Amino acid sequence: MAETVFAPWDDPTEKPLIRFHNVTKRFGDFTAIDDLTLDIFEREFFALLGPSGCGKTTMMRMLAGFENPTEGAIELAGQDIAGVPANKRAVNMMFQSYALFPHLTVWDNIAFGLRRESKDKAAIAARVEEMLKLTRLEKFARRKPHQISGGQRQRVALARSLAKAPKLLLLDEPLGALDAKLREATQFELMDIQEKTGTTFVIVTHDQEEAMTVASRVAVMDEGRVMQVATPERIYEAPDSVYVADFIGDVNLLHGTAAPSGEDTYVVTWSANEAPVQAASTRSFSTGQTCHLAIRPEKVAIHKDKPEADNAVQGKVLDIAYLGNLSTYHVELPTGDIIKAQVANTRRISRRDFTWEDPVWVSWSKTAGVLLAE
Amino acid sequence: MNRLSSFNVVSLTLGFVFLYVPMLILVIYSFNASKLVTVWAGFSTRWYGELLSNEAFLDAAWVTLRVAVISSTIATVLGTMAAYVLVRGGRFMGRTLFSGMIYAPLVMPEVITGLSLLLLFIGLGLDRGVLTIVLAHTTFSMCFVSVVVSSRLVSFDRSLEEAALDLGASPWDAFRLVTLPIIAPAVISGWLLAFTLSLDDLVIASFTSGPSATTLPMKIWSSVRLGVSPEINALSTILIGLVTIGVIAASLASKHAALRAKRDEQAAARAA
Repeated sequence: MAETVFAPWDDPTEKPLIRFHNVTKRFGDFTAIDDLTLDIFEREFFALLGPSGCGKTTMMRMLAGFENPTEGAIELAGQDIAGVPANKRAVNMMFQSYALFPHLTVWDNIAFGLRRESKDKAAIAARVEEMLKLTRLEKFARRKPHQISGGQRQRVALARSLAKAPKLLLLDEPLGALDAKLREATQFELMDIQEKTGTTFVIVTHDQEEAMTVASRVAVMDEGRVMQVATPERIYEAPDSVYVADFIGDVNLLHGTAAPSGEDTYVVTWSANEAPVQAASTRSFSTGQTCHLAIRPEKVAIHKDKPEADNAVQGKVLDIAYLGNLSTYHVELPTGDIIKAQVANTRRISRRDFTWEDPVWVSWSKTAGVLLAE
Repeated sequence: MNRLSSFNVVSLTLGFVFLYVPMLILVIYSFNASKLVTVWAGFSTRWYGELLSNEAFLDAAWVTLRVAVISSTIATVLGTMAAYVLVRGGRFMGRTLFSGMIYAPLVMPEVITGLSLLLLFIGLGLDRGVLTIVLAHTTFSMCFVSVVVSSRLVSFDRSLEEAALDLGASPWDAFRLVTLPIIAPAVISGWLLAFTLSLDDLVIASFTSGPSATTLPMKIWSSVRLGVSPEINALSTILIGLVTIGVIAASLASKHAALRAKRDEQAAARAA
């Protein structure tokens, strides 16, 4: 395939569309954003992910122009946008509550932004029709917002915010109000629309699955700081802190001390009564340094007899969570630690090999886990 | 349905008798054929006819109507603006003081409001007449408008205005095209309230009017001092009718606003 991978963040010559430059935002004594530096590139689908109160919405509101940074600068296409009011920015926002104008029809809602800058009725009508078509809302153009369903309202909000062809579209928890099935369908629809329009999307969400599905890169935030910015794969497979590993998906964490045992491999002593485990790591650790080994449950295998593996520990089955496609076994070790092992249920009505209280072995390879300093 | 107990029936009857018997008697006697107010001499609409040919009353009615329309319109504009700033202005110095102060005239005795306005007009050297009554009525009815409008603004979703700004509307356009249409029912009921208040007012108008301008309540008051005439009864009946219509219209408008707000909320809940 001749197609190049979309990764402007790896290209040092690429100019970012948005640049947060040591941005701090305080509300009285409370620091919402703490000395944050971040680049977002054109045509990216960038996700700000974090628990509520981590500052992700504040970042979005600063981009939209509803808040100004206390310190630092935000650049949009090389221009400092501090002091530019919201109505003069080439940025549009899709609100969490959708904020559709209840007294206007779907058509007039979408036309609202266009009418502010142009008097050309034919051009406005053409653009509105285009947006209605893009979001498949042609049939509902004459309805008021309270006469359509939640999913349709969400599409009206999207169409309205895209109508002015902004350089940057901000989406504040756009799918929060939709049920699970509709949300999944809408995620793909969003990605499709993002690709078609070529607009840069910044999405705020607390739903990690949503962030992983739609985003080209994810920024995991905590207490006003960015913990890690990377592609969804890297965030999941190579988190660079315990916080990120723990926040995204399910993870087993073993706390111990590291000792080098060869090139890029370490022995981790994590319990007085258990054998040390081996782990590969490109991050270097000194002898005796405190470390955390993070292993995803699907990378842990479960066996009846002691397996041939880099690392194997014995325990007994404490709990089984049957999720349909997967089963997660919670295995309690003699130390009291619990290791989660995830197994795909590839056969229908298969007899389960293990049940509660069974003595089992869990194993993982030395490259399965990530060794983290903090 | 619960049936009312006999105690409930008595309480209700007593209450309504106290409220409405005086007005009922007035209405009945306005149709009295006799010139003597207290003697019933058969049904007649004669006093209504005489009233319509009484220049002094018609002039007073015209003054009252002009004052009511102008002052309630100005009060609505000012009251809405004040409510908007107090609800939306964010935290600025003295905001609590201002919001307290805007409600103070609601509990201020009318005599004091009237007197202070009179002193102000004298101090300014304004000739007392229609203009001063309009100013006085605007002053005291503005805070009623502000109360009605701000209670609607509190439940107004702020992100609607932000969305308008975000889509390129100037703050004034956002207000004109988004906020105002949505709060319109509250603004209208505020106007109707101000209108009826101005129509009724006797005390403040007496303080602030001059020889050139007499409002209807003042005219009634002064002619009653020379003895109650059947004409006054007829006039009062017309006024009662007008005020009733005004109050019903205002309550319908605010009920409509409440229903509309409820519908919006339900619609929003369905989307959640």
